[in-house]
Amino acid sequence: MSTVTTGTGSPKRRLGDLVFANLTRAAGLTILIALAGVGIFLTVEGIPAFGAGPDDLKGHSNLLTYVAPLVFGTLLAAVIALLIAVPLALGVALSISHYAPRRIAAGVGYLVDLLAAVPSVVYGLWGIAVLGPKLVPVYKWLASHFDWIPFFAGPASNTGRTIFTASIVLALMVLPIVTAITREIFAQTPRLNEEAALALGATRWEMIRLAVLPYGRSGIVSAAMLGLGRALGETMAVAMVLSASGVVTWNLISATNPSTIAANIALTFADATGTARNALIASGLVLFLITFVVNFSARAIVSRYEPGSK
Amino acid sequence: MTDLAPAPTERAARSIKNPRLPQYAPLIALVVAVAASALLGLTLGWGVIPIGIVAAIFYLIGLTTWSRIIENARAATDRLVTSLVWVSLTIALIPLVSLLWKVIDEGKGALNGKFLTYSMRNVIGEPGGIYHAIMGTLLITLAAAVISVPIGLLAAVYLVEYGAHSQLARWIRFLVDVMTGIPSIVAGLFAYALFSLIVGPGTQFGIGGGVALSILMIPIVVRSSEEMLKLVPADLREASYALGVPKWKTILKVVIPTAMAGIITGVTLAIARVIGETAPLLIICGATDSVNLNLFHGQMASLPVFIYGSYTQPGSNPEILKQMAWGAALILILIVMALNILARVLGKLFSPKTGH
Repeated sequence: MSTVTTGTGSPKRRLGDLVFANLTRAAGLTILIALAGVGIFLTVEGIPAFGAGPDDLKGHSNLLTYVAPLVFGTLLAAVIALLIAVPLALGVALSISHYAPRRIAAGVGYLVDLLAAVPSVVYGLWGIAVLGPKLVPVYKWLASHFDWIPFFAGPASNTGRTIFTASIVLALMVLPIVTAITREIFAQTPRLNEEAALALGATRWEMIRLAVLPYGRSGIVSAAMLGLGRALGETMAVAMVLSASGVVTWNLISATNPSTIAANIALTFADATGTARNALIASGLVLFLITFVVNFSARAIVSRYEPGSK
Repeated sequence: MTDLAPAPTERAARSIKNPRLPQYAPLIALVVAVAASALLGLTLGWGVIPIGIVAAIFYLIGLTTWSRIIENARAATDRLVTSLVWVSLTIALIPLVSLLWKVIDEGKGALNGKFLTYSMRNVIGEPGGIYHAIMGTLLITLAAAVISVPIGLLAAVYLVEYGAHSQLARWIRFLVDVMTGIPSIVAGLFAYALFSLIVGPGTQFGIGGGVALSILMIPIVVRSSEEMLKLVPADLREASYALGVPKWKTILKVVIPTAMAGIITGVTLAIARVIGETAPLLIICGATDSVNLNLFHGQMASLPVFIYGSYTQPGSNPEILKQMAWGAALILILIVMALNILARVLGKLFSPKTGH
């Protein structure tokens, strides 16, 4: 691009260029080092936890049995959140890209982005003060009519601070990111494919099923995975909404709930000392690894399709 | 509910082939569904929410059945999906409205001059202020920005101007994307582990929060700056090279100023994104009731942590502290909104003058 490095006319390398180029490269490398640093420092501080006893692990005999229920809770909450958020996000994304008139679509898109701008701690407040109490009658109804389904075995919580409520709040928080990505991909559907479907007499839904959804399939998958990564690591909303007791249960509506890794750290870090803190950091390392794998795969899927879309 | 109006010719063609529901059919179905649900709900004594849910179900079933009888199965499916799309949009926006309403409703009572200018030091049994938390949030976020913006911007310059298609640049781009997904609490634990090893076990101070937040902020800055730098036309660069300007000077004097508007917008949005983070600050900054303006020493309060602490551990005066938590939440939302608006305004203000 520049004559400095390739041109035959000016063989001298300017000092300014050398310094600046290396400065920018150093900045890029700093980011990689920071990412590696996250893994390294969490490992270094987490290692002492392998020798931790029941005193530091809330009665669990070793680190594995301490972390396992937390992993269960984390996955459970995130998966439920995703089951709620993904269909909703697809609907919202379609309404913006293919249903709403253009003027309304821009406004709606802005409102959905607003959902992403609300701080997580405020979601937590809303979850405790508004959503939880509103869901109590629903839980009571579920517990009395559907207690044969393990998820709704009851007894229903009186505060509504259950893992199901937490999952709904999580769903709201991942909704904007899933919507943003799917909506972008839906909007990129080749216009000709859509018009061809319509010209063959397809209704709008058939056009979407035939042209838009197949085109966006990989995008939907990776959007869902990015949402999963977000839901796995979200802390405050879960820490505030959930009344956690760290059990392993499929019961979604009772007062005794599994805890999540992130929420457990936030709730107990301040009071923990010594090796107990190391144990929390070790659980954080597990969370980091899980989200890293999820995000890595999601981005790998996206980048595989990127050159074609550009 | 507005179905796209079919073009006149299309409508004429259809009227020969198939019977169609009138254009305002969804509206009729909606009115009937709401009326039926309200009637049922009021006789059985339901609240607003069950009435709304039942109305939505009535609407979905009613319109689909109607369309199936008059039109055909395919049209009925199409109407069902259209309705589902709109219902999902409504469902997604209800919580947002409810949340904003609740925060404004509960928070406005707490706002007054004292609330913004006093700290919680030695405040017992009466409402105090959140000055310490506001200052803490501003300082920690400023620290995060001071760390993230140079690194993020330079890295973006590397990706666009120097690295381009090299293997290293490709890896940086990919891992920056992966980094956007790092859970905030992990960033907090990282800062805690880092400073435990460097400064001493259990260190909690403001700058640690800055480091933790910059882990979350750098990827956003890199990605948005990269997009903006890419938009700068190659003509500008080449014109500058042709004049004999060195590459580094071209980047500093031509490329970055041209992209400035977008970069500033991106940075402001990144700040808006991290200013509400709670989890990392809870771990690395701790909490205090006093004003602490020293980033390098002692625990530091921040708005999100204040909200969390006041609401979940309100101590002996739960009513007062919970009200203060709502007030602080309102302030925090206002700050985030203001930053979002500011991002747009600054983008306009710094956009390159066309000079005509």
